[in-house]
Parts: sequence; C-alpha cells; structure tokens
Amino acid sequence: MNTAAIKTDTVKTHRGRVWFDLLADNMMVHEGAVPSVMIANGNLAELPCSLILVQPDKNNLYPRAINGEVGLLEGWALADAIHNIVSKDAESEQKSAIIAIVDVPSQAYGRREEALGIHQALAAAVSAYAQARQAGHPVISLLVGKAMSGAFLAHGYQANTILALNDDGVMVHAMGKAAAARITMRSEEELDQLAKTIPPMAYDLKSFATLGLIEKFIDVSSADAPSSKDIELVQILLADALESLKGDTQITKRLQGENRGASRRVRELLRAQWKKAEPNL
Amino acid sequence: MSNAQDSRLNTNFVEQGARKRIEYVLDSGSMRELVTPFDRVISPWLEVQGIVPQFDDGVVVARGAIDGKSVIAIAIDGSFQGGSLGEVAGAKIAGALELAVEANQAGESIAAVLMFETGGVRLQEANLGLAAIAEIQSAIVALRKLQPVVALITGPVGCFGGMSITAGLCSYLLMTREGRLGLNGPQVIEQEAGVGEYDSRDRPFIWGLTGGEQRYTTGLVDDFFGSDVIEVRNKVQEYLRKGVPDTFRSEAIQSSLDRLKNVDTQHQITSEAAREIFAKGASL
Repeated sequence: MNTAAIKTDTVKTHRGRVWFDLLADNMMVHEGAVPSVMIANGNLAELPCSLILVQPDKNNLYPRAINGEVGLLEGWALADAIHNIVSKDAESEQKSAIIAIVDVPSQAYGRREEALGIHQALAAAVSAYAQARQAGHPVISLLVGKAMSGAFLAHGYQANTILALNDDGVMVHAMGKAAAARITMRSEEELDQLAKTIPPMAYDLKSFATLGLIEKFIDVSSADAPSSKDIELVQILLADALESLKGDTQITKRLQGENRGASRRVRELLRAQWKKAEPNL
Repeated sequence: MSNAQDSRLNTNFVEQGARKRIEYVLDSGSMRELVTPFDRVISPWLEVQGIVPQFDDGVVVARGAIDGKSVIAIAIDGSFQGGSLGEVAGAKIAGALELAVEANQAGESIAAVLMFETGGVRLQEANLGLAAIAEIQSAIVALRKLQPVVALITGPVGCFGGMSITAGLCSYLLMTREGRLGLNGPQVIEQEAGVGEYDSRDRPFIWGLTGGEQRYTTGLVDDFFGSDVIEVRNKVQEYLRKGVPDTFRSEAIQSSLDRLKNVDTQHQITSEAAREIFAKGASL
C-alpha cells in the first residue's frame, strides 16, 4: 500500500505525515508528482474523499525546500494532485471531498525560487484549490502543525472550513517572528507585547479563532502521537464538517468572526454604493 | 489627445498616486470611487500601534469604463505602509471583486483592472492581511472565468508576498521596467537564507531576477512596456479587448513540473540561466 515510503527521520517525526498515515489507514496512498506531496484516496463516513499532504523530503531537488516548505515543485505538484481529483469527478454529481493536512513551516525562501517563479507555483496551487471548491468539491483544512504565510495560502487557506488541533504546536501566521521583527523594525519582545492586545498579530490559535478563521478546535490526547481515539474523533469531526457544508462553495462564512467587524463594514458600504457608481456607457 | 504626441508632455505612470492611476486608465470622466476617504473607514489596528492611519487605508476602488466597457478598477497606494494589505485595504479589494462576480453572474458585464503596488501582508495586521489575500484570490479565480482580470505592476514598490501569488492568478499580467514581481521580498530572503543566498542591497541583482524585463523574457508575464500613461492605458485597453483567455498561466502544470524537475540545482542560479531554463520549454 504505502508505496511512497520515504522513511527519513524528518518524515517519521513530521506531524503532518503522522496524521496523514493514520487518517489514510483504509485508503489508497500514493506519491504525487514529487515525493514531498502525498495523496490518499478513499472514503470518510462513506463519502469519497482525498487527503493531501506536503511533507519534508531531504532529497528534494531544491535545497531550500527540504524541510517541508512549499516550494516550486510542491506548488505545481499540489495543483496537479487537485486537478486529477477534479477531472476524475468532472462528469459526476458527487464531488469527492478534499482534505488538506496542514503542517507547513513556510514557503521556500531562495534565489532559485524567485528566479524560477515560486509565486506562480503557489498561484497554481491556490487556483486548483479555489476551482475545486467553486466546482462543488468540499474542501477542508486540518491544521495539525504550522500553517505559515505563503505556504498556508497555497495549501489550506482556500478551504470552506478550517479545523485545528487544540495544541501549542499548531500555529498560523503571516511571517516568522525574526523576519517580521526586522521588516517592522521592532524587537521580537516588542512583537510579543503587541500581540497580547492586537489579535491579528498574535501567534496563538485562540486569537486566530477570533478572526473567524477556525471552525472548530479539536482536543486530542497527543498531537505528536495520536491515539486511536484521537483519530476517531478527528474522523467524526471531519465528517461533521462535510455534512454541515450543504453545498456551500464560498469562504465568506469567515467574515462572521468577532474581530472582523471592519471586513463586514467595508463590504456593506461597497454594496450600498455599488449601483450608484455604475458608469454611463 | 494631440498632447500625447508631444514628448515634452509625457507623464510617467510610475510617479502617479493610486487615484490618479485609475483616472488615467479609465475613460475620461467615468470614474466613480467607492468607499471614499469621506467614508472614513480606517484600519482598526494601526492607531493602537502608534501608526497614523489613512482614510482610504491605501486602496482606491472605483467603477468606471474603459474603451466603453464597464470595469471595476482597483489601485494600491504604495506610499502608505509600503502598499501593504491590512483588514480594510484587503476587504476593499476582495469585497469589490466579490460584487463584480455577483454582477456578472446576474448577467451584467464588468471586467477588472488591478494595479498592484504592494509588499503583501501588512505585518501590523498580520493574520487579517493574510486572510484578506486568500479572499481576494478566491474572488479572482471566480471572476476570471467570466471576465478578463488585467493586472498591472509598474513600480516603484512592485508586487511581493501573498499578492505576487494573486498576480499569478490574473487573466493577464502586465509590467513595466521599474516593476518587480516576486514571492519573498529581498530583505526577508536575506533574513531567512543569508546574504550569500540573496543580497538585499544588490539592486542590479534583484532587478535582474525579478524586474519586468526578466519576468517578460521568462514568460511569467504577458507584456512589458514603457511607463508613459498613454502607453499604459493603451495596453490595458488592448488586453481587456482580448476577453477571457483560453487558459490561465496558473494551469500550465505539466510543462512547469517538467521544466523544474530538469533544473541543475548543484549551482546557484543567475538571471541568464533562468532565461535559458524557460527558453527550453513552452512559455507559461
């Protein structure tokens, strides 16, 4: 079954891979266009579903992407994996669910990456996820580790629903702390201080949830070594999330978050002014 | 219009602010701004950090016409917080594009022109900037099926971070020589990977890798031209007239994978080597 076992040490301890393997227990697992992208096809609560993972590959052709970063190959390979799922279901009413298992430390930072258009590779992944969702595939993200910046945009942020393990190792952010400190000309301590009162700057999940971005936290006994009970619970909550979508193809429910008042206000104003601004053709 | 023939009166698009840029691109007199500075929707997160907010939060959104066709035109103001996107700025872009999708689905015909001048996420509003960018991207993927979405990167800031991914989703991507396009800003790469990997002070090196000419030569953008306002306007009109393209740059999956799997990564890359790598395969 597990044809693509790249059993390096980094992979064995990669939390994303641990969860992927356990959730894919009764599924067909295969490597994507590159070994750092894994796909599992099977069923979840009798609904057809695919799991997608980005994992470390110490032999990655691109050295800046060996630690599970989303790089040039990973962006295009994610797009490839999702397009295969979408085209398989093109004629079918029943669109299989896509579940992104998210544990990505960052996008790949490097000279080759910029020169060869990593932005376009990530755009391919974003495009594939968004098209799949808009075509009626339920898309769910399960955050089991880091979900950082451009890597999360490419792998997970286009989901209808985002679920997260209730664990300190789960983190969503726009930029690593050191780089953020340099760019904003602050110290890391100052950033931590600001994060206490400014929810969008915080690195903790509870603050992130007030932005409307997380549907549910999942309490597990261990995020690193989940028990069979943990897996069972996650499977049930994934199935619930699929059930509650009821054909929703949008991501707009995120706007209901407590700390997204300005996002709603801007949209209300735009809508109120839209007709009046129509050009005379 | 005869003034356009007089080189002494040429106006440089790069030097124009966001509002002026939209005015220059739209048919004369057709611009109607939405959520104007008089609505005073400012960022709820900047003042508490000691940063003076701006009444338009650095984004101008307007409806209008180009070549007699109804459009939504959006320009980011690179002079406010480096053109970075926070909650309000991002919501203006996403919300306007969402309304354009809705209008087209209801039978109207409204295209989009986006003028990017942005470092990406505004770090002072970090996660809300990132969230807004995901929403903008979703709206563009929906809109580009129905109408051309033309994006323009003229500089001086360029287009970086999550918004470079957004640029890669648009139907047509146009640049000038001063424009730059890349995922990670030079300072961030230097911070994460070291000065040997990327020297953020070496400007010729950075433009050589990410400038408009290089991006055009490597097929990562559709067109490359001068920055005179008349030329910019003509190019935007030309690409809007092309309508919805048969395929999008973000769909060139197999050719991109084939190309990237055959790169020699033993040696560090140069701008010349990048050109050769792209010349081997069909363009994106």
